[in-house]
Amino acid sequence: MTTVETAIGAAKTMVLNMGPQHPSTHGVLRVLLELDGENVVSSDPEIGYLHTGIEKSCEDKTYSQTITLTDRMDYLNPLGNNLVYCLAVEKLLGLEVPKRAQYIRVMLVELQRISSHLVWLGTHALDMGAMSLMLYCFREREEILKIFERFAGQRMMTSFIRIGGLALEPPAGWRDMVKRFLDMMPPRVDEYEALLTENRIWQGRLKGVGYLPPEQLIALSTTGPGLRAAGVAFDNRKAFPYSSYEEFDFTVPTRTESDCFARYLVRVAEIRESLKIVRQAMDKTTDQGPFKADAPGIIPPAREKMKTEMEALIYHFKIFTEGFSPPPGEVYVAVESPRGELGCFIASDGSPKPLRVHFRAPSFVNLQALPFMVKGQLIADVVACIGTIDIVLGDVDR
Amino acid sequence: MTQLADAKANVVIEQLRNWNAKAVSEVIAYHGQTTIVVPRELLRATAQQCKENPALDFDLLSDATCVDRFPMEPRLELNYQLVSIPRGARISLRTSVSTQHPVVDSLMPVWPGANWLEREIFDLFGIHFDGHPDLRRLLLPDGFVGFPLRRDFPTEGQR
Repeated sequence: MTTVETAIGAAKTMVLNMGPQHPSTHGVLRVLLELDGENVVSSDPEIGYLHTGIEKSCEDKTYSQTITLTDRMDYLNPLGNNLVYCLAVEKLLGLEVPKRAQYIRVMLVELQRISSHLVWLGTHALDMGAMSLMLYCFREREEILKIFERFAGQRMMTSFIRIGGLALEPPAGWRDMVKRFLDMMPPRVDEYEALLTENRIWQGRLKGVGYLPPEQLIALSTTGPGLRAAGVAFDNRKAFPYSSYEEFDFTVPTRTESDCFARYLVRVAEIRESLKIVRQAMDKTTDQGPFKADAPGIIPPAREKMKTEMEALIYHFKIFTEGFSPPPGEVYVAVESPRGELGCFIASDGSPKPLRVHFRAPSFVNLQALPFMVKGQLIADVVACIGTIDIVLGDVDR
Repeated sequence: MTQLADAKANVVIEQLRNWNAKAVSEVIAYHGQTTIVVPRELLRATAQQCKENPALDFDLLSDATCVDRFPMEPRLELNYQLVSIPRGARISLRTSVSTQHPVVDSLMPVWPGANWLEREIFDLFGIHFDGHPDLRRLLLPDGFVGFPLRRDFPTEGQR
């Protein structure tokens, strides 16, 4: 803690270091706060503590090897990261993914959105002092992770969405499992709302806190629930549909207050919308049909084919030793992650390794709005603002 | 769907050409995605035009990134992804910079959200953004030597 004299001389402010080990920064975010008493004069987020150079590592990997790295960026949304990367490579290759695989992708990504929002809700309530909700949210999230485990064999780093489709055929009994979850969930969301929405302390901590006008949010490149809570119904699933989202019936929840409470309401409404999409996707998915595209030389052949056809064996060998070479060019693909626009930019030079892979991380860009949100607010509101921006430091630093 | 996107992109190209004949030096259409190559000197003015022309109305700067085309010169290639929320359109702007004189006009006066995106590029590629008020390293420590995302920086070991 240091005391500094400002240029004016009379007024004294204090610079306080918050983080990088502060529990309510949700990871390793460090914020330098300049305080006048308990009011924030200015703030400067310091990031990079979790920078692992994923974009650099991609230079030295083949296109299929990169998928496992994408899981580790936004670790609350690994399937969404897989999806955006695979969509970008598929666009580069001009590859058409079978409808069945597209629906299962949508279903998994929406389940992921629910699980991410549950972690957000639980931890944010914990930050605000409502501890019991965290336990309830993690209880329901566990059910989603069990579904992922059944599908991919992994709870978090699934790498289940692959270039051209999915890694595996959906497991036996997946429909019952998802159905059980869908039947269980709506009353549980009602329970969360019963605990929080009308709660005086919850309202007192969030209402009117962290307000920014929609024009300023757009100017600061904010996307996702933060922007939708300001009344701008921008959602990539509606505006630029991908993976057959245009066939699904759902609404984009918006609020107009643009404060922390509105962001909470938007996220809870999004959980309900995602449940609708999951149900539709489950109904659309057929039991029979291909789960990956038919593209020899790009997608590894089936095991039986490898043992009976020589070409399949050769392709298998080439894919896993050398990889495949997409035509030269650049693509940018954007999807709606639980946090906002998640983009993937790939530049190919025609070799089996990408020239450049860049991820437009929603947490990274949204965090820019923090100094503007907390300016003039109380120091306790900084925690509420960081929470409702919903950052994942793995996504911020990559 | 793709034809619609092309029609929207054509409006942008036409409007920009009407505004300044030199603004569009090349148009790249690839898999339904349109990239407009802009001369380096005209980057900020073109971006301003993209945002303020009511027929274009690109209000959101979604992403900015760089590609190193080593050993080609000018080897650094900046890509900006613009979104128009009211029109539901996307476009990319591209400009090239050499490593001998890696200076580009900052887009922060147009979109304040360019702040961290440009700081990240400065940090990892060493491009200076003219007019950026706070150009410091963002992800790497202040004393770091070199620009790791350039292609001549090794992926493993010591430099």
